[in-house]
Amino acid sequence: MSITYVNDDGYYPSNEEHPRWEHEGYELVVGLEVHVELATRTKLFSSAPNRFGDEPNTNIDPVTLGLPGALPVLNRQAVELAIRLGLALNCTVQKSTFARKNYFYPDMPKAYQISQYDEPINIDGWLDLPDGFRVGVERGHLEEDTGKSTHVGGAGGRIHGSDYSLIDFNRAGVPLVEIVSRPDIRHPEQAKAYVTELRGILVAVGASDAKMEEGSMRVDANVSVRKPGADFNTRCEIKNVNSVRSLGRAIEYEARRQVLLHEAGEPVTQQTRHWDENDGRTHTLRSKEDADDYRYFLEPDLVVVDPGIEWIEAVRAALPVLPSARRAGLAAITGLAANSEAIMVVTDRGHDSFVVDVAKHGGDASITLKHLQQLPEAAGVPAEDVAKLTTMEASGGLTATQAKQVLADMVDAGGGDAEAIATDKGFEAMGNTELESMVDAAIAAQPDAWEKFCAGEGKAMGALVGAIMKASKGQADGKAVTALLNAKKS
Amino acid sequence: MSSMSDQPTTAVDLARNVRDGVAKAVDIVDGYLARIDERDDEINAFNLVLADQARERAAEIDEMVSLGRDPGPLAGVPVGLKDNLCTRGIPTTCSSKILADWKPPYDATVVTRLRDAGAIFVGKTNLDEFAMGSSTENSAFGPTKNPLDTTRVPGGSSGGSAAAVAANFAAVSFGSDTGGSIRQPAALCGVVGVKPTYGAVSRLGLIAFGSSLDQVGPFAHTVRDAAVALETISGHDPGDSTSIQQGPLDLSPTLDLGVAGLRVGRITDLPKGASPDVEERLEAAFDALREAGAEIVDVEMPAFNYGLTAYYLIAPAEASSNLARFDGVRFGMRTPAPDTNSMYTATRTDGFGTEVKRRIMLGTYALSAGYYDAYYGRAQKVRRLIANDFAAAYAKADVLLTPASPTVAFKLGDKASDPLAMYLCDTYTIPSNLTGDPGMSVPFGIGEHGLPVGVQILAPALKDDVMFRAAATLERHMQNHQDQNVSGS
Amino acid sequence: MGVGGDSLRRVPDVPKISAADVSKVATLARLCLTDDELTTATAELSAMLDHFADIDALDLDGVEPMMQPTPLANVMREDVEGETLDRDEVLGQAPLVEDGRFRVPPILGIQE
Ligand SMILES: [Mg+2]
Ligand SMILES: [Zn+2]
Repeated sequence: MSITYVNDDGYYPSNEEHPRWEHEGYELVVGLEVHVELATRTKLFSSAPNRFGDEPNTNIDPVTLGLPGALPVLNRQAVELAIRLGLALNCTVQKSTFARKNYFYPDMPKAYQISQYDEPINIDGWLDLPDGFRVGVERGHLEEDTGKSTHVGGAGGRIHGSDYSLIDFNRAGVPLVEIVSRPDIRHPEQAKAYVTELRGILVAVGASDAKMEEGSMRVDANVSVRKPGADFNTRCEIKNVNSVRSLGRAIEYEARRQVLLHEAGEPVTQQTRHWDENDGRTHTLRSKEDADDYRYFLEPDLVVVDPGIEWIEAVRAALPVLPSARRAGLAAITGLAANSEAIMVVTDRGHDSFVVDVAKHGGDASITLKHLQQLPEAAGVPAEDVAKLTTMEASGGLTATQAKQVLADMVDAGGGDAEAIATDKGFEAMGNTELESMVDAAIAAQPDAWEKFCAGEGKAMGALVGAIMKASKGQADGKAVTALLNAKKS
Repeated sequence: MSSMSDQPTTAVDLARNVRDGVAKAVDIVDGYLARIDERDDEINAFNLVLADQARERAAEIDEMVSLGRDPGPLAGVPVGLKDNLCTRGIPTTCSSKILADWKPPYDATVVTRLRDAGAIFVGKTNLDEFAMGSSTENSAFGPTKNPLDTTRVPGGSSGGSAAAVAANFAAVSFGSDTGGSIRQPAALCGVVGVKPTYGAVSRLGLIAFGSSLDQVGPFAHTVRDAAVALETISGHDPGDSTSIQQGPLDLSPTLDLGVAGLRVGRITDLPKGASPDVEERLEAAFDALREAGAEIVDVEMPAFNYGLTAYYLIAPAEASSNLARFDGVRFGMRTPAPDTNSMYTATRTDGFGTEVKRRIMLGTYALSAGYYDAYYGRAQKVRRLIANDFAAAYAKADVLLTPASPTVAFKLGDKASDPLAMYLCDTYTIPSNLTGDPGMSVPFGIGEHGLPVGVQILAPALKDDVMFRAAATLERHMQNHQDQNVSGS
Repeated sequence: MGVGGDSLRRVPDVPKISAADVSKVATLARLCLTDDELTTATAELSAMLDHFADIDALDLDGVEPMMQPTPLANVMREDVEGETLDRDEVLGQAPLVEDGRFRVPPILGIQE
């Protein structure tokens, strides 16, 4: 595999500082190929519906079935979505063509796949992981999906040892974009982060629902290991990875397997390997030695696609704000790190705009973020109501625990006035004087605990806090209590 | 039988009579079906005769006329369809065992347009399997014979369609032309045959052979019938991405314009080897056009010669991919086998004939790893050179004249065992398939053995109308000089 | 190159394609050849490739391949659902079906 590395000109500005997987002196090299089904109404080359879960062989027409005489006609919306996601991945969108990839397989109706080969629509982009690590994107090309086989008989629906197979062509011809990364990934966590981030982008731009569990996003990992600085070694391609978690496990397993082979002086052969979730291993699917000869040639039934600057710029102008920018926005108004868990989770759910909204209404952004992380439904409450609630909480008018309960009521009622709900619930504002007298009472009641606490035994604090919370019937703010105790100690 | 002296009624006249209520479509159809019944056992022009459907449709047409509704420009015209054009619910076999029982679930665009125009389909015509051949001997259902001499071939691959018109089994028929498969059999059967500009006629529903070369076109007794037939099937089809985005070709109104002032090109370095009678008739055609006011100009086309090689690398390559879908999974024949891969091999080995297998292998080789550049890639560059030659020639000439076939109809079996000899039948027709330009063959007198000779007229893309003007002029010349139009050899 | 002539039956002294190549091509194309057929096919293909060697002498450097005759670009359709085929009609034309699907014998190889 020949790779153009562009580290030198600063293309990967900060990759050097990031953690790398290492085992027995080997480093990991991973490139990912991600297939995503585009969210169009119809197929890539025909007007048959692109719909998941219908009765088998109902979303079919002559093109889908590859009947004699059928001809493909390109779906404009599929091209538009491909451009959209190409631009979101910082790709150059270019004039492109389709080729035929010839191979026989029962779920491939024409015995060739129409796919973009030497002139893909998107090339040379990149994707920045939340921690700033940059992964190059080599290409993002359009192609058609295959049908689906069900294996009957044998051991539990597996292809090996089955008695026969049944083919449903509903999925055949569904538009796919295959996004091929450069082999830049150096840690299983980066692979996981790449897929998660990519998924976020795909959903944000409306290109795909990108569900790994439903197969609308499928990830293959090309894995090799090498001594740092050495040439790339033979890689293996891992398929059948059905979740982000499995992806990390599969890469880790495969890398260790290859290190063992290298150390034992045995060759790593180029293979396609299958990840088995049950035993946590990768298994040989087929060797690439008998490499297929796909006999690519330009698809004569289609013509060149040259989107042109106007179309490309119109798509670019209509691009939504991408997850990374949205996280940066949250970081700016909350003071948290852009890749902190709360920001990641809330942005991923698409609730970041709600936090911004609450802040606009004068609410407290970081408090809102914290609540949303725990109670996603709160994003359905009017922002001004949440703004008022967080303002009360920020000023000590409500404890965090009380605020949570008020917010839960708001979720049930579809909104409400925070002050009125708090009063209703009997959440009197608890002044510092009242709290301080409770603290003093607790210290007086448990002199032993106080002594230990002052001596630095952290555990002793629990007894004191517990007593204070009990006295306040749970209304005291935990942080305020801790602060008071610490203040009195010194 | 209909001898040369029997003047068949033209499609234009048939349709006019039906539309005017002068003739009944049912009677016309009965007449044609009777001829088929009488003689097609011998000729074998048809894989399938659609007698019942044709009578039914004819009755519908007559009913429309009686109700004062417009039955269309081809009302009541009996039409033959090459058996590689998909007809819904009607077997479409490509004269191959592998498709022997296949009934397509949809109609080709050409078929839909013809039906809407009032045409009546009398049958599906025989062809060289998957349109691969120049004699219609490579058919799983036996060869078609030339109605003018049944010991001879009708040409191919659209030999069934050519023979159907020549035998007056149909007033008009349709074929496909990938390297000459309309023009060469038209020449050998003494009828008019047209390969229009690539993209002028939809390929949707035409079972593909060489996708970048295939075009559907008509066979007819007269140039005007061919013009009307082509007008009916041409025009943009959104179902074919390579379909030219304009309306139907406009041909009939220009047929009488003549050729005065037209520059007719003579290719000085044309591949040699046409038989003397054919050469002589070609000379006569130049003379006829000069006589009609055209200017004859010399053009050089050095790359014309390489058309055959380019074609026999490109067409089989595309075919090897187009024919991969015949795998026994979704339609057509299947030879059972213990696993899918051996089922593919068994099915395809049983289902395809020798010539089809030969071309699939040649094409697979031309595309395969390590050979693409040397064969397929180089051939596509040669194709460019040929296109450049044509562009230069058309800067000097409005149309070009060549033989349509190197010889008159040859004997059945003559070339059957020598594939290369068979391939050479298409020497003069192939180049315009590579470039996408139109070409047609018009009967222009008699050659050896009293058999017809066809002259090919070539024109630049979308100048089909100019080509038709030259054809109409040659046809008029023939009508005016009946006695003189026999080769002296 | 002229038209006709028996030199065309000539098999080149140095075969343009080996039996092994033909055998590999047949496998790729899912065709089975008997030993005799392989011999014949090798000779025929060799003769053809020899005949097609006429273009070897051409200088094609810098010549842009002409893959299609069409000058068209950007032919696209709107993303609007159209008619689908009747499943029973389609399955009725298939060699073997079961449960609304196309049935095939066991699949031994794996594709990606
Ligand atoms: Mg791939
Ligand atoms: Zn792919």
